Amino acid sequence: MNSSRNRKIKEIIDQLTLIWKEPILFIFILLIFYFLITFVVFPIFQVVKNSMYINGSWDFSNYIAIFSKRYFVQPLINSIVLGIYTATIGTIAGFFFAYALTRTPLPFKNFFRLTITFPIISPPFVVALAAILLFGRAGSLTPWLKSLIGNYSIYGLGGLVLVETIAYSPTAFLVLYGVLQAIDPSLEEASMDLGASWSKVFSTITLPLATPGIASAWLLVFIQSMADFGNPMVISGDFRVLSVQAYLQITGMYDLPRGSTLAMLLLIPTITAFFLQKYWVSRKSYVTVTGKPTGATVKNLDWYIKLPVYGVCLLYTGIVLLFYGTIVYGSFQTLWGVNPTLTLKNYVEMLEVGKDYLYDSVFLSSIATPITGILGMFIAYLIIRKKFIGRGLMEFISMLTFAVPGTVVGIGYILAFNQKSILFPFILTGTALIIIILLIFRDMPVGIRSGIAALQQIDPAIEEASTDLGADSNTTFRKITLPMIAPAFFSGLAYGFVKAMTAISAVIFVVSGKWNLITIAILGFVDNTQYARAAAMSIILIIIILIALGVIQFLVNRIGKGVRLTTIVE
Amino acid sequence: MKNDFLELKELVKIFGSGKDAVTAVDRVSLKVKEGELVTLLGPSGCGKTTILRMISGFELPTSGKIYIDQEDVTSTPPNKRPTAMVFQNYALFPHMTVAQNIVYGLKIHGEPHQAALEKAERVMKLVGLEKLGNRSPSHLSGGQQQRVSLARSLIMEPKVLLLDEPLSNLDAKLRISMRLEIRKLQQRVGITSIYVTHDQLEAMSLSDRVVILKEGRIQQIGTPQEVYAHPSNRFVADFIGKANFLEAVIEKVTSEQEVVINLLGQKLTIPGIKKDFKKDERVLLVLRPESIGLEKKKPDSITGTIQEIVYLGNQMTYLVKIANQLITIELSNPQECESFQKGEEVSIKLPQRGLHLLPREEQL
Repeated sequence: MNSSRNRKIKEIIDQLTLIWKEPILFIFILLIFYFLITFVVFPIFQVVKNSMYINGSWDFSNYIAIFSKRYFVQPLINSIVLGIYTATIGTIAGFFFAYALTRTPLPFKNFFRLTITFPIISPPFVVALAAILLFGRAGSLTPWLKSLIGNYSIYGLGGLVLVETIAYSPTAFLVLYGVLQAIDPSLEEASMDLGASWSKVFSTITLPLATPGIASAWLLVFIQSMADFGNPMVISGDFRVLSVQAYLQITGMYDLPRGSTLAMLLLIPTITAFFLQKYWVSRKSYVTVTGKPTGATVKNLDWYIKLPVYGVCLLYTGIVLLFYGTIVYGSFQTLWGVNPTLTLKNYVEMLEVGKDYLYDSVFLSSIATPITGILGMFIAYLIIRKKFIGRGLMEFISMLTFAVPGTVVGIGYILAFNQKSILFPFILTGTALIIIILLIFRDMPVGIRSGIAALQQIDPAIEEASTDLGADSNTTFRKITLPMIAPAFFSGLAYGFVKAMTAISAVIFVVSGKWNLITIAILGFVDNTQYARAAAMSIILIIIILIALGVIQFLVNRIGKGVRLTTIVE
Repeated sequence: MKNDFLELKELVKIFGSGKDAVTAVDRVSLKVKEGELVTLLGPSGCGKTTILRMISGFELPTSGKIYIDQEDVTSTPPNKRPTAMVFQNYALFPHMTVAQNIVYGLKIHGEPHQAALEKAERVMKLVGLEKLGNRSPSHLSGGQQQRVSLARSLIMEPKVLLLDEPLSNLDAKLRISMRLEIRKLQQRVGITSIYVTHDQLEAMSLSDRVVILKEGRIQQIGTPQEVYAHPSNRFVADFIGKANFLEAVIEKVTSEQEVVINLLGQKLTIPGIKKDFKKDERVLLVLRPESIGLEKKKPDSITGTIQEIVYLGNQMTYLVKIANQLITIELSNPQECESFQKGEEVSIKLPQRGLHLLPREEQL
């Protein structure tokens, strides 16, 4: 016992002396910890504290007050119900697409993949806007739908499930696509070879192997749906959900403790779902998603299997195209539902009114994105490749941001940075910096995760070879690791930019008169029922994102060539 | 020439802690002469790679010391050590050309561009990579990648070259030719080398000395001839080549270097003994399959029955049962030898020299 403790102590001392010998690395680790604690842990802690630390002592009166009033309990129930519906339908839709794209000879696969994943690059509430244009009070399809199902309102649970399914089934699709692609088709062939029919192969091989992936997808969509702010803000009507209620408590009532308490109620289920996904479901997995597709053979399937699969894919794709088409069409109308004359005035007006918002969004995102990317890659590198005390903690904290709903983070930021503190002795609220920092730490987990995935595929011996030849950690990272994970880095960069440009739930708390964002402006127009203007601005936002993605792609190609063209040394 | 150019002193490495603790390396001490090639040989999990990684600095010993050229490097980080490693899977940088890979280390050490290039030319010529400098490593064959990896280490002129199963990813024929090439190169450059392998033929053909490891402990250190002819225990005898073990008893100790044993009733004089044996001590006689002969049954000899015959072209293998023990006998050049039938009773011809005794380990 004693000797094992001595050994532990000796290992710690050894690690410390190694750190002493690589002081720059040591300083970086300390700095990253400082950032993570200040900008991730501290704000969340502030929310917890505000919800149960009243007048200098801990008490639960906020929670008791909330649970004793139906008015406050209802949003919790509503959010969970919404999450369950969205996750279930979204996962089923995602599975249909993943199956069709990996296991059937579906034609135009790229088109279908593009369509189902398109909502990722658009601000989520654009789908809600489209739903209003189509099925709202003055919706173009409202009379037709009314003749089919009688009186209805798009504002409420039904409408929310519809738009959130479209907005978040891409997540389920991407998870399941990876899982289905990683299942070795020879397993299915073996099963068939032993006499199993298609339904037997599916129920005894494919489905059981995909089950942990399905659970993962379900939980991830559940988290996204619970945390969604933009769609409920636009389309929830009388169906009150936590994210919106917390926001209204703070901006409408200036009731920070109660807003914090509602945010806590939002945090608990999402965190639970996240840890279930990360530490329980993923352990049950039989397949490792490596990103390397196996040589999947597409089998000839009978028509009665293809028909429903293709049917669902076509129908769903049709709905997605209808929604985005409506946004495009609506952006050219003079006044939706009243005056359908086509016009460009929405765009002209938008560029006048909205150019400041546009400029702020692009400017702040362009600063935040590269920092997000580099920091994310460096943290991934430290977590995967370096041994140091607190490595597990670093991974935990940086993943935490992924699970915490934007509403909670936003409230945490105003609580944490509207006053000076030991951790950060400046007031940040109202500055551009708070928006940039928020964007960086909100989007970083994506960069870290793609970095981790890329690093796990690189043989550590390659980096060891560099160290062995005399390079220190920083040189190795710069000259060996970074070039090899460049593709992951750029895709992280692209995704980070998209996330920054479409962010809303957290940043809505920290924007100011001086620094505002385009997403929040669009939300404002929707609120004032200026749908055509909102549609025009959404289209402009989507176009900017597409241009940025094109530029990043161009850079990747250039750098890719650069690597090859470089002659000996330099 | 320094006698202890590389010295490992009581190295211990324990992975994990508490109940899960595994002692991967257990009190390993070793002195390596300058310019010597020493092989660490053992089955997988014997700790050989861990020792190599401690010398290179990728693992820190739990206790013990490592000296290179009289300098204590036990806790020097890997990038500051005068060692260079050839990795099992080569670990070539995929985004660099062959030449860029080779000069990488020199560049890190601030070597001027021109000087680095000249050195690279020389090393590439040395390992036979001329004209491949601008290729990408992925466009090379396994053998060529191996050479790049070797060149990348050699160009650093390290004090100690470390080779971690460098040939295990090559096919059998290439392995044999690369084996010879590495040995020639090592002798020409005169570089102190530690070579890790689980292939005993590789170890025998390359090394000045072989270190045989089992479960983290050194079993024997010696030249290939020593470990083959005088294995220190049953594990070594079995691991290096094939061996038959016959139970015997010491009949008489005639001198410090000679004993007489009783083997199945036959008295045999064994010269050249290195251990102390006592009268009546139970021992094992180690017999290499190729050192034993067979002849038609005759009186006053050790006899047995042929159980199995395997014909391999260049040799004939007989499995012979002698008093409840099965031994293997290999007769080379079978065309010239007398042949025997399955089930036939035969006499065993023991060699006059090269008989080796081991104390009988009770647990066996």
